[in-house]
Amino acid sequence: MSRLIRMDQTGHTTLAQWNAEDAASVQAAVEAFRAELDQGYFAVVSEGEGHAEQVRELPVDAPLVILRRPIAGG
Amino acid sequence: MYWRPRVSEISLARAGWLWTLNTAAHTVPFLAAAGLLIAFSPVTLPVALAAVAQAWIIPELYAARGANVVRPRAPSKRPAAEQGALGLLGDLLGHDPRELHARTGLVLEKGAFGAWLVGEAGAILVRPRGRRVHCYCVKATDPNLPSGDRVAHLLLALRTDESGFATVANLAFSGAGWRLRRRLPKRMRPALERAVEAARPRA
Repeated sequence: MSRLIRMDQTGHTTLAQWNAEDAASVQAAVEAFRAELDQGYFAVVSEGEGHAEQVRELPVDAPLVILRRPIAGG
Repeated sequence: MYWRPRVSEISLARAGWLWTLNTAAHTVPFLAAAGLLIAFSPVTLPVALAAVAQAWIIPELYAARGANVVRPRAPSKRPAAEQGALGLLGDLLGHDPRELHARTGLVLEKGAFGAWLVGEAGAILVRPRGRRVHCYCVKATDPNLPSGDRVAHLLLALRTDESGFATVANLAFSGAGWRLRRRLPKRMRPALERAVEAARPRA
């Protein structure tokens, strides 16, 4: 089961869970994903130590997609 | 940040040299004045010593500014959120970096520019050979995140685009690693030592 999570003030919130073979769960995850991107979040897929990729479409095969806020110089 | 050129090896080296020149411009006049005072009249020794102290203090203040970028911020008032955030951060790390973070509060991450130490609101880049460090102020834009999430935000941004990460961040200090080490909280010094080891090319 893949998960879409958002890092927020609660630690993190699971927004959607899906199974690549279940079209309804994928559709719900895609909608949740797009809604968060519209809110200004960035979506990242961690690819093990030292590697991560920013994505603009929900990667259905990824086990975990993390939503993060932009960063800024302090 | 379209107005900033993307950080590269060349721009990092140039920033280091400019920082050194700037520090020299602030300290050499004081040292020269001290030498001249003593040469002209030994009676002026106290003033000369004050000038030498000034020349020592200025780089130390810069180093303290650099160390401040990784000082821990106020913890979240929600312990459950802190635990959840630390769990997610732990999932992003291997065993050794996770253990180092638990001890020091900093995450060690190797990159193309050197070895990074990522904190809650800043990061330290130890350049290859381990002598020079660059300290950057950079943070997640949500100020109410738990500390683990603040680190995870920066870590994921760094992993996604190292050059972009260094471009967005503001340089707070560039200089000798030993000078920064003295200004870091004791708890964090082992992390800097590990980063220096990681930055050195393997024989």
